[in-house]
Amino acid sequence: MSDTLLKVEDLKIGARIYPPGEKPRDIEIVHGVSFELEKGKVLGLIGESGAGKSTIGLASMAYGRGGVEITGGKVWVNGREILGTSLRDLRKLRGTEVTYVSQSAAASFNPAKKIMEQVIEASLHQGKFSKKEAEARAVELFTKLGLPDPENIGDRYPHQVSGGQLQRCMTALALCPEPDLVVFDEPTTALDVTTQIDVLMAIKDAIRDTGVAALYITHDLAVVAQVSDEIMVLKMGEMVEHGTTDQIINHPKEEYTRDLVSVRSTQHDGQQPTDNPVLTVQNVTARYKGTNFDVLHNVTMELHPGQTLAVVGESGSGKSTTARVITGLLPPRDGKIIFDGRDLSSDLEGRSRDDLRELQMIYQMADVAMNPRQTVGTIIGRPLEFYFGMKGAEKKKRIIELLDEIELGEAFMDRYPAELSGGQKQRVCIARALAAKPKVIICDEVTSALDPLVADGILKLLENLQKIENVAYLFITHDLATVKAIADSIAVMYQGRVVRYGPKAEVLAPPFDDYTDLLLSSVPEMRLGWLEEVVTNRKMESAGN
Amino acid sequence: MHPVLKLVAQRLALGILLLFAASILIFAGTQILPGDVAQSILGQSATPEALANLRKELGLDEPAISRYFSWLGNALQGDLGTALTNGQEITKSLGSRLKNTLFLAFWAAVVAVPLAIFLGLLAVRYRERWPDKLISAVTLASISVPEFLIGYVLMFYVGVKLGWAPTVATIYDSMSLGQKLNAIALPVAVLTMVVLAHMMRMTRAAILNVMQSAYIETAELKGLTSFQVIYRHAFPNAVAPVVNVVMLNLAYLVVGVVVVEVVFVYPGMGQYLVDHVSKRDVPVVQACGLIFAAVYIGLNMIADIVSILANPRLRHPK
Amino acid sequence: MIRIPPAALIGLFFTGLYFFMAIFAPLIAPYSMTEIVGDVWEPSSSEHWLGTDNIGRDLLTRMIYGGRTTIFIATAATILSFVTGSVLGLTAAVIGGWVDQLMSRFVDLIMSIPTLIFALVVLSVMPVTLPILILVMGLLDSTRVYRLARAVAVDINVMDYVEAAKLRGERRGWIIFREILPNALSPLVAEMGLRFIFAVLFVSTLSFLGLGVQPPNADWGGIVKENKDGIVYGIPAALVPAVAIATLAISVNLVADWVLNRTTSLKGGRG
Repeated sequence: MSDTLLKVEDLKIGARIYPPGEKPRDIEIVHGVSFELEKGKVLGLIGESGAGKSTIGLASMAYGRGGVEITGGKVWVNGREILGTSLRDLRKLRGTEVTYVSQSAAASFNPAKKIMEQVIEASLHQGKFSKKEAEARAVELFTKLGLPDPENIGDRYPHQVSGGQLQRCMTALALCPEPDLVVFDEPTTALDVTTQIDVLMAIKDAIRDTGVAALYITHDLAVVAQVSDEIMVLKMGEMVEHGTTDQIINHPKEEYTRDLVSVRSTQHDGQQPTDNPVLTVQNVTARYKGTNFDVLHNVTMELHPGQTLAVVGESGSGKSTTARVITGLLPPRDGKIIFDGRDLSSDLEGRSRDDLRELQMIYQMADVAMNPRQTVGTIIGRPLEFYFGMKGAEKKKRIIELLDEIELGEAFMDRYPAELSGGQKQRVCIARALAAKPKVIICDEVTSALDPLVADGILKLLENLQKIENVAYLFITHDLATVKAIADSIAVMYQGRVVRYGPKAEVLAPPFDDYTDLLLSSVPEMRLGWLEEVVTNRKMESAGN
Repeated sequence: MHPVLKLVAQRLALGILLLFAASILIFAGTQILPGDVAQSILGQSATPEALANLRKELGLDEPAISRYFSWLGNALQGDLGTALTNGQEITKSLGSRLKNTLFLAFWAAVVAVPLAIFLGLLAVRYRERWPDKLISAVTLASISVPEFLIGYVLMFYVGVKLGWAPTVATIYDSMSLGQKLNAIALPVAVLTMVVLAHMMRMTRAAILNVMQSAYIETAELKGLTSFQVIYRHAFPNAVAPVVNVVMLNLAYLVVGVVVVEVVFVYPGMGQYLVDHVSKRDVPVVQACGLIFAAVYIGLNMIADIVSILANPRLRHPK
Repeated sequence: MIRIPPAALIGLFFTGLYFFMAIFAPLIAPYSMTEIVGDVWEPSSSEHWLGTDNIGRDLLTRMIYGGRTTIFIATAATILSFVTGSVLGLTAAVIGGWVDQLMSRFVDLIMSIPTLIFALVVLSVMPVTLPILILVMGLLDSTRVYRLARAVAVDINVMDYVEAAKLRGERRGWIIFREILPNALSPLVAEMGLRFIFAVLFVSTLSFLGLGVQPPNADWGGIVKENKDGIVYGIPAALVPAVAIATLAISVNLVADWVLNRTTSLKGGRG
């Protein structure tokens, strides 16, 4: 027992919510969670949004964010009970014994102060080190975390370094006062995959070298599998399962855990291209109005009827811009779009109603893709009315058909978007696109904003609908796992160019070009030891450095 | 050139451009609209000869553009023309009145600014508790109340019933500072109340915005004391929005001065402007309008420049 | 059954009362507007509830008719500023490009001069009549409505659901009236309350300065001006119209607050 660093017993956490137009009321968001963490060990807290994982993480510092309050249970750090102690004692605990790394380092650094000043602030304040010692330790940590120019990076302001670098600076900030426990709250979620891997490796090395214990909070089981000794699965504020990483990943006991582990279950055997593509993007070069550089360079790709072309790349690769060119929102400087054998006008105004109908779009953020003042019935009904002139009973019948196809049913007709869950919203958007009876649907990161299990459901639905309606998808995503699951062909984009293109089997088979290799190898895999393997085998540095 | 200097220079240039455009607007407003200055001076019953003579005398027979440029050129050299009603040089009469107005506005600012920031901080400190609620209720009331109501209520109760302060704010040069301050006590109180609500509300919003940033949470999780969090992390980021708020409200104060001067018969620019609007003395109105616009544009410009200077992203470019 | 919070109820009551008195002024007022019925500044009595004014007219009568003038001018100016501002603002946001630039820069220019000062400059050469007052107030104030409407519409215009409508091939009319307007309505309605208050205060201020409604007609601001000299003799007649202005403004504010809260908490409200 003497090795126990953190002990949480029957922790209950409440929050005050403010439903519009009603009186504020208190709800419980964590219902009695217990666990222990030994010195030097890493515990992964995993769950979907609303599972209460961040809230539990912050409770180990006796901190409640916003209206959140710890309502019951006990928390011990180094054998001292911390709930209910004075603020003065808590301040000694925070910043020395327990420190915190947040998801967004960009927001968590004070924009008005230099990085070094902020990294060493806690150590100085708590009297742990002299200024000189603290600075030396910070530089040592910068070096260990693989930051460029570790001697001088502390003299910069937060906005002067990249997102991946700042996230590592935040880790240095947390490790600088030699804490016993660090709470990592989704530290790599906001980063591109190829950057994520470097930060992840840096964090893992730093944890090992300093012997610090950590709570690692994330929604990505594959990520947490790389860094933790134990994993605790949470759902809706309750513990589902707690075990060693090996046990959770390889022998999950609970069904929910099994679902999480096997979430990327959708399988799709790639089909071969046909002779007549339904959509061809030919040598497209484009730039945004008022800028003087091209964001797309000579982009060419083909989509075949009833198939899926996945366009994959990181932020800034030009994949969403390609979609804007295809839809006519951004007329290209050069090149053309051929749709079903005919040249499409480069701008929206020049396209016929049939051109528009046959090319539909589904967006990443379903909540802003639907007018909040329209009911589901109106949203799905409008294309029927607009393209096919349907009215009254005929329209209603078709709306109900579509609602059945997306597995929601008639009852949803009179609901407003605000009354739907994230997954349901995305389904309504799919129905709206299908209502137009399109030949091609552009799916722009349609699963990125969703929890893994919900996203998986959406992918399965899209897959089924493709078979029924024989519609082709241009599937834009940064997530290679999704690509593997649903694509027939793949275009890999990097800095506005297509760097690799072809049928899925070819694109995903070696030999790889350097970028595709980096991208493919960066996708976390759900097995132990994957991280180390990748880092030693890589050929190219990620762009985040 | 450093990007911040460039932005500041751009903002200064924009301010000058805006002032120039505003001068055109003020001039156009009095010249091109259907009303005729000569007609309004002489009234409906004037003979055509008298009208023609006066038009010639005022230079109204020249094209508007050349009149505008000679007016602007003279104004830039400090000559604002002569008043139609008494033939006096406007620059001369305006000088002492401008001084009086600035004196009044200055003391109102001295009282209002620290008070507003203090109350704003208080509202943040006791957010959603009774001091905050009281402050926001008073704010709601005071933005709905005309300046002259506050003025007459104070004059009636404090000035007449209690006799604590003079009801008419007459000041002249030979008065000592103490006498002057006594004379303007009520107008200063009114102006303070007029700008206080807005300034307090905006200060509260600006500070709350900073206090809800993630870096404040970081600082709290470092174990810093509340004072250190505010002093080291909130303050450097809150200065710019608060200065901005203060400048915008000082601009607002400049307008509030007009009504308050009339209420308390204070010999300042507002009183001077209102008198001459009723007498339809166009050159005086133009001159006053130009000066009010210049002060207003200037204060808004300072507010913008402060925001530019305080932004670390601009101050320390990549 | 709608639950109305007490603050909004008070607001509704006073707003309703003032509007009622404005509409039925000739039926309610005990005397005629210009009739001299007593001595100068008589205190309140059973015959003259609010006493008499600076030349012996019944103050209550003056107040009722004055309220009618104030409310009429403020309502007309608000409607004018609102229609002009929101139509131009929405149009500028949806059309964009140089049309938007031109209109927005012109509005910036007008707003760079304080409204009261600009109004005084214009009124120094224009004959002061009701239509001109309404026009000057309405147009000057429409700049603020324009800014708000444009800002709200620009925010909504980049939403994916508007893009979806554009990609569907919808016409501009559908996009403005079916996609943007329903979502822009609640901030605009709340603004309407504020604009009305501003118009009440503005016309009162102008009349108080002697540059608004001209005697023998008077609005509340004018009645303050007529009776202000009594203050120094301890006669509070000037406070009566001033208090009326304040209560009207506060009441409308309370109602506007409530309407804003209600519309955003409707089904399908944002958030």
